[in-house]
Amino acid sequence: MKLFGYRVPMMASLVFWCVIWEVVGRSGVMFLIPPLSEVLVAAFHLVQTGSWQSAAVTTLNSFLIGMFFAIIAGVVLGVLMGRFKAADELFGIWVNIFVSAPLSALVPVLMILFGMGDTTVVVTVFLFAVWIIVLDTRAGIQSVPPSLVEMGKSYGASPFELYTKIILLAALPEILAGIRLGVVRGVKGVVIGQLLVSIIGYGALFEMYSRNFDMDNFWALTIILFIVAMALSALIESIEKRVDYYAGAR
Amino acid sequence: MRNITAQATAAASQPSGADVAVEVRGVCKMYNDVEALRSIDLDFPVGKLTTLLGPSGCGKTTLLKIIAGLIPATSGEIRVNGKVVTGPGPERAFVFQDFALMPWATVMRNVAFGLELKGMGKDERQSIARKYIAEVGLTGFENKYPHELSGGMRQRVGLARAFAVNADVLLLDEPFSAVDEQNRRKFQEDLLRLVELEKKTFIFVTHSIEEAVYCSDRIVILSRRPGRIAQVIEPDIDHNESPDAIRRDQGYLDTVEEIWQGLKRYVD
Repeated sequence: MKLFGYRVPMMASLVFWCVIWEVVGRSGVMFLIPPLSEVLVAAFHLVQTGSWQSAAVTTLNSFLIGMFFAIIAGVVLGVLMGRFKAADELFGIWVNIFVSAPLSALVPVLMILFGMGDTTVVVTVFLFAVWIIVLDTRAGIQSVPPSLVEMGKSYGASPFELYTKIILLAALPEILAGIRLGVVRGVKGVVIGQLLVSIIGYGALFEMYSRNFDMDNFWALTIILFIVAMALSALIESIEKRVDYYAGAR
Repeated sequence: MRNITAQATAAASQPSGADVAVEVRGVCKMYNDVEALRSIDLDFPVGKLTTLLGPSGCGKTTLLKIIAGLIPATSGEIRVNGKVVTGPGPERAFVFQDFALMPWATVMRNVAFGLELKGMGKDERQSIARKYIAEVGLTGFENKYPHELSGGMRQRVGLARAFAVNADVLLLDEPFSAVDEQNRRKFQEDLLRLVELEKKTFIFVTHSIEEAVYCSDRIVILSRRPGRIAQVIEPDIDHNESPDAIRRDQGYLDTVEEIWQGLKRYVD
């Protein structure tokens, strides 16, 4: 961005909004918005408390387990749909419905099925993340050049080698894009799941702070969550960039 | 030039006294209701470069892929070294029109890939690959990735990969069509040198008449769909002459002209 002929660095916008937040917070117009400095101090103290740490561990645990199964199931189903027309026709419509459906509405049903505990949260993460991974994997598999598959066959690749040495690698850029979007959705899933179950992990803390109007800690919690979600997404994006570099000539 | 169309069938089953590497017997191919190839009978002599030439849609690539075992024939059979083809096999290697290189692998790994799939150890396959990388003139590019190379260089990688597996028969599907004209000429000359050097059987698909006449020992001209053998020509080009002399040679020009006269009726 340029302002009065000077190049303004990207970080400037972040600083600008932080200053606005601080000013609004200090003016005391809304008790919902405490000054940013106080939020940051609260965040600093919060991460040292036992309750935050155990909540973070519970949350991370549910998230990782849910994502693990979402990636496995998503890639497998995506490959099947990309390679076999029958699978595509069988699952296509459902995947497309679920990818855009408001899944939060399903969480109460999940609670009945899986109880008021971690399992429900894991299933929520899975359901939030898996569909976009399926769709992107399918798209990636379908864009694998047919000649590359023929090449593998003509040089004697076994069906297993055809997948591990050619098809999956050729579809890797799309698969990674799907996983990145899945991770972002998974973060939403873990928070929404825990909020609705409301007695575990991060959700329980959110519930407690907002109910008691403890806004410093509430915002601290939010900021930490945002940073983690962005960092995860950025991490996968950096892997994607390296893969794209090698896949440049497709 | 020798035009053996009149005795096409007889000549096809007994090609001028040489051994036969690939036999095509009564091959037909139907795509649903479309007849792509109709009863093709052909012999490909050992150590020769035979070109399949024809208008687009004549089924020349289909025939090549049937020989490769990549697509099944509707009827008829292919025999390579006397054995009936049921799928791809190590005695045949394919060179693809769009190169079919793995973009995530270096030149070295791409060239050695056929050997890797055979389960050969890393050192062994890399030393073989290095030899063929040198043979196609890519020494120094071993650790480059395909997108860092020009089209012509990429196809050299494809060619080196095919040579590296030491197949008896090399199947080339319009290998130069995605390579620019100047590189193509240089490449054709290099290919002829490699044909001489490697003593393998080459089956070469092209739609360029000049390319076919310049490179081939034998040209099989296919008619338009359904593809049938329209003509078999042996150009008799003396490849001891310089490439530029060949391209001005009267015999060469006459052969190109004759093939063009024959193919003209298939052009819209």
